[in-house]
Amino acid sequence: MPPKVDARRCNGCPGRAESHCEESCPGDLMAVHPETGRAYCRAPNECWDCMSCVKKCPRAALETRVPYQLGYYKATLKPVMGKKSVTWTCRDIHGKEFTYICVNRTK
Amino acid sequence: MANIPAARMRNFKPERLEDIATRIVECDLLIVGGGNAGCFVAVEAAKIAPALKVVIMEKAEIMRSGACSAGMDAINTYIPEGKTPEDLVRWSRAQVGGGPLREDLALSNAAELNDAVNDLERWGLPILRDGQGAVRYRGEWDISIHGEQLKPIMAEKAIESGADVYNRIAGTALLMHEGRCAGATGLGVRDGEFYVFRAKATVVSTGGAGTLYKSYTADSTDSGAQIWMCPYCVGSGYAMGFRQGGELTSLEQRWVATRTKDFCGPVDTISVGYRAPIVNAKGERVMSRYEHLGGEAAPRFIRANAPMEEWLAGRGPCYCDTTKMTPEAIAAMMRDYLNERPSFVLFLASRGQDVAKEPVEIYGSDPYILGGHTGGGYWVDMQRMTTISGLFAAGETAGGNPNKFVGGCCAEGKLAARGAVDYIKGRRLLPVNPDDVKREKKRVYAPLLTRNDEGIRPVEMKERLQRLMDEYAGGVSQFYRTNEELLDYALLHITMLQSQFIHLRAQDTHELMQAMETMDRVDVAEAVVRHLKARRETRWAGWQTRTDYPEKNDRDFNCFIESRRDPARGKIDVFTRPYRQIVPDDRRPG
Repeated sequence: MPPKVDARRCNGCPGRAESHCEESCPGDLMAVHPETGRAYCRAPNECWDCMSCVKKCPRAALETRVPYQLGYYKATLKPVMGKKSVTWTCRDIHGKEFTYICVNRTK
Repeated sequence: MANIPAARMRNFKPERLEDIATRIVECDLLIVGGGNAGCFVAVEAAKIAPALKVVIMEKAEIMRSGACSAGMDAINTYIPEGKTPEDLVRWSRAQVGGGPLREDLALSNAAELNDAVNDLERWGLPILRDGQGAVRYRGEWDISIHGEQLKPIMAEKAIESGADVYNRIAGTALLMHEGRCAGATGLGVRDGEFYVFRAKATVVSTGGAGTLYKSYTADSTDSGAQIWMCPYCVGSGYAMGFRQGGELTSLEQRWVATRTKDFCGPVDTISVGYRAPIVNAKGERVMSRYEHLGGEAAPRFIRANAPMEEWLAGRGPCYCDTTKMTPEAIAAMMRDYLNERPSFVLFLASRGQDVAKEPVEIYGSDPYILGGHTGGGYWVDMQRMTTISGLFAAGETAGGNPNKFVGGCCAEGKLAARGAVDYIKGRRLLPVNPDDVKREKKRVYAPLLTRNDEGIRPVEMKERLQRLMDEYAGGVSQFYRTNEELLDYALLHITMLQSQFIHLRAQDTHELMQAMETMDRVDVAEAVVRHLKARRETRWAGWQTRTDYPEKNDRDFNCFIESRRDPARGKIDVFTRPYRQIVPDDRRPG
């Protein structure tokens, strides 16, 4: 369940030792392409869909998508990270939208 | 103190071994794997011996690495007021059908457990409490947390403790000197360099081994890693010590769990957390067939296997019946999922599924070797030292003591740190034989340097192994069943795979890491098959099912199955160790 990269939003995190997604992926799957300067997932089949990269991307350029073989087109789930909470917005295939706010830290 | 950032991916095409830099790092305590247990090793070591130099070798980046990287919605064990460590061990023993389990280890872990969980709360992990401030239990022992930040919280403390964290370095082998562990070597996944970590004591905390078996969703284009356990924990920590003669225990007690179908998400969240019953296609409560074994509270392996037995009997599909839940309970459950496995909520949305109207379908997971869940891992002493002097294990890598889960892995990190710190006293760094280092470096880089034929991609060998294990060594496609002949077939082909390691080829350092991982998987898989062969009974149906020995045999198998590989010849010896009951009472209540 690989992340899709929005090439219009992604800027490859210039000036950082690593891009945010490259840094956070536990599987070493994200990289910035030397030619395009945009992030890509080098092995979509190996993604665990932990969403670490999606949570970390400062430009909201990444989105985890369920492969069609498992789920229908098209649902979205987007986190917005706060200091002590995360706000999730989920839209199902019928267009129904839900928002959940989860406290994730006490300090 | 430093969290050393990795470089960006680079084009690394060395021509010769001599072109690859070797970096030597010296420390007192080396931690291989900065996950749940590893972070606690670092924090505890700094607390009791602040002068020690501690290094963490981390395959990913410590903030989001290992099994907790997606988050967590519960701490499965926390001893409530009025209960004792002995009570927890009784429960743990019942969960594994009366054992065998290492009650000595389990008791020491239990005594440390609540303090370790309290640390997490003190560090900022939200633990849910009721109006009176009491911790809210969701079952008998498990408590609810909002653990989306669990891993970053643990990682921050490990870094604050002063440890040097070397990110994106994948452990490849132990350094040995006269039978003692002298540290470990690692592959720099981004810089391509070869790392030699010399240490007075080494703790291996690399997590368990997922991805030995094929997942039933692996046939889908982009879901080869759609499994429950972190797919980047592949058993390297077991393999490193096993190849040096370290003894492994109980690998045949594989972890298999009931998970949501087509997306391997947690089910206890619903069934335990919200009391949603498991039903079959006819709407019958599946666990009612197991009343004599505890019904809905039956041991885990029975609950894991029950829905699969329904499928086999033609009564599938099975569900976790969420349709009787209140809207408030459903909203809370969705939050739990977002905290632990957010993409499951996305999966439900992609099915257009309202769980208040449609129950959640469930199925069995692929099997895993996980010493934090079931018994598979290193045989360790009370200090958590393996049978290799100077090598300690904590968390999923340490065996014989099931049902540790997150809290128990934290606790065991502390215990291993104390053991290692004690061991270090008065010791110096052991000498390292340059020939050993050169030999290992040659092994590691061979897939990158050899270009004389097309060879095999690491992923191809991984997938060959996964299908072999699935079909012959009791994977999910076989409803976890196997027999002597199937296991012999698996062994034959594992030997074939081992003989083809020389044909592995890597295009870049990422693929080189995968080549190492695949060899580790194959070597661990061989040990797993040997263990499955040796237990000629069926003790934990689902976790371990032998169709040729369908009954439990207490006379011959009320004991641990152990394995040890001869470091020189590679031959594996399988033997037993006796089970010792320490906590009195009936071993199998209910």
